[in-house]
Amino acid sequence: MKAYRAILVSRFLTLLQYRSAAIAGVGTQLFFGLVRVMIYDGFYRSSSSPQPMNVDQVTTYIWLGQAMLLLAMFDADKDVAAMIRTGNVAYEMTRPLDLYSVWFTRALSGRAAPLLMRSIPIFIVAGLFFGLKMPASISAAGLFVLSAFGGLLLAASLIALMTVCLLWTISGEGVNRLAAPMIFFFSGLVIPLPLFPDWIQRAIAVLPFRGLIDTPFRIYLGVLNGPSAAAALLHQIAWTAALVLAGRMLLNRGIRRLVVQGG
Amino acid sequence: MQQIVVEDLTKSFRIGVRAPGLMGSIKALVKPKYERILALDRVSFSISRGELVGYIGPNGAGKSTTVKILSGILVPDGGRVTVGGRIPWLDRIEHVRGIGVVFGQRTQLWWDLPVMESFDLLREIYDVPRDRYRHTRDDLIERLQIGNLLHIAVRQLSLGQRMRCDLVAALLHEPELLFLDEPTIGLDAVSKLAVREFIGRLNRERGVTVILTTHDMDDIEALCRRVMVIGNGQILSDGTLADLRASVTRERWLTVDLAESAAATVVTDPDAQLIRQEGQRFFLSFDPQRISVADLIARIARRYAVHDLFVENPPIEAIVARIYERRSKSSAQQ
Repeated sequence: MKAYRAILVSRFLTLLQYRSAAIAGVGTQLFFGLVRVMIYDGFYRSSSSPQPMNVDQVTTYIWLGQAMLLLAMFDADKDVAAMIRTGNVAYEMTRPLDLYSVWFTRALSGRAAPLLMRSIPIFIVAGLFFGLKMPASISAAGLFVLSAFGGLLLAASLIALMTVCLLWTISGEGVNRLAAPMIFFFSGLVIPLPLFPDWIQRAIAVLPFRGLIDTPFRIYLGVLNGPSAAAALLHQIAWTAALVLAGRMLLNRGIRRLVVQGG
Repeated sequence: MQQIVVEDLTKSFRIGVRAPGLMGSIKALVKPKYERILALDRVSFSISRGELVGYIGPNGAGKSTTVKILSGILVPDGGRVTVGGRIPWLDRIEHVRGIGVVFGQRTQLWWDLPVMESFDLLREIYDVPRDRYRHTRDDLIERLQIGNLLHIAVRQLSLGQRMRCDLVAALLHEPELLFLDEPTIGLDAVSKLAVREFIGRLNRERGVTVILTTHDMDDIEALCRRVMVIGNGQILSDGTLADLRASVTRERWLTVDLAESAAATVVTDPDAQLIRQEGQRFFLSFDPQRISVADLIARIARRYAVHDLFVENPPIEAIVARIYERRSKSSAQQ
């Protein structure tokens, strides 16, 4: 456990040094947040039929999405992809560590550090100037933090699974092109999940991707509370466990057929 | 006591083959073709604690594959391997606690971390007690003279600097067994000597078992009492350097430098063969059982105006090249 914690901390601290990427990200996300809020505002003004969310909720949902974009938009671990391509993965195997746990740890720190650096400024700016509301209640705020952490673990398990899939391909582009847009779309980042048509809601409820950001956001808004919040958290945990298990099993099979590139 | 026992080790790889050109690509897309390459073909050997073994062979002979199986990275198709009583790939995590690995063409240090932080992280990974770690680390830093590199990010190191840091990294947990895969590749002469000298001392003073794969025959001459030669996935020769020489040829080389004023344009002798000539320098090979060194030298000194001469063994490169040649000839006849 100590070793994984050390890797987590080391990578986290390393990634905190990439400040200019974070500043650029904050700028971009604020800009696109404004554009999207204006678009939804336009929709709501031109429609009189009742919607599953009111315009204030949508605005808050969008700003939360901009702040926590990195929980729903990701690729397989680029460094591991490079290790597999160049054969450096061999070194990963000569350490007395469980490979899956290392990759999971990497994914976790790889999300957490930039997420923290980008979300806080966006929270502040959008909260002060652009209509991001406070959480529905103090308990909603607490549960939001908890479920955001759950979303982080879920994201890490998805990234780790995608990374494991790289053992079967060399470039890894395919995995990213296939999985990333699907995750992106079904997480609710493009269109808030409550606004999806009814016929697809059942699938959305089952799929893991709502656990990434939609669950924390609805808890933040107070839409999910009490038993419904508990059920949503359980959905997050169950999927995380299932994806970790799948990733582990797949990795064990992948290792057996491992070819170290470049002799 | 045998530390490493390898019996009938076999490993093959499946590689995609594709005919050249557009048609080849289309064919490969519709119906991919694969070929099996036998990287190791029933390889057997054993190594005792404290040995320093050179493992040589041409590119693609199976050296690295062997090392990767022994270090728990690859799973073989067949055969038995135990290292310190453990099966590397089944018991990987426990196994790798006791080994150190350096692959000359790669680095195990974290690219964007300063060297010292990489070391500290390795301490945590191998769970080395703090004071023990400090002692080992400072000793290694001193021996390899990397004290001035500790706060530089790994990506900014030169190859020679990086290799010395990599050696330290591989030894922080005090392994009993060290695998070195081409540790001197691409190094300048000074770094090469430093690395060589360090490996030799590590083996002599600490009793660390070392398996060294290399293309650099000077590494082998300087370090290894025992040499294994692999070619086409099979062990071709295994023994001391002297045995290896004797198994291939008894011949010695006599190098003769003629005086500037010498009238002769070529040195010949009935019992020796001229292999090469460079200006006034002649390389002769002879069989010491047919003619003694003393007789040959006396005869040549009598007949030519000799400025200088010396006798030596054929360089190890020539020996190894001959083993490979013999091998490919015999496999061509099959």
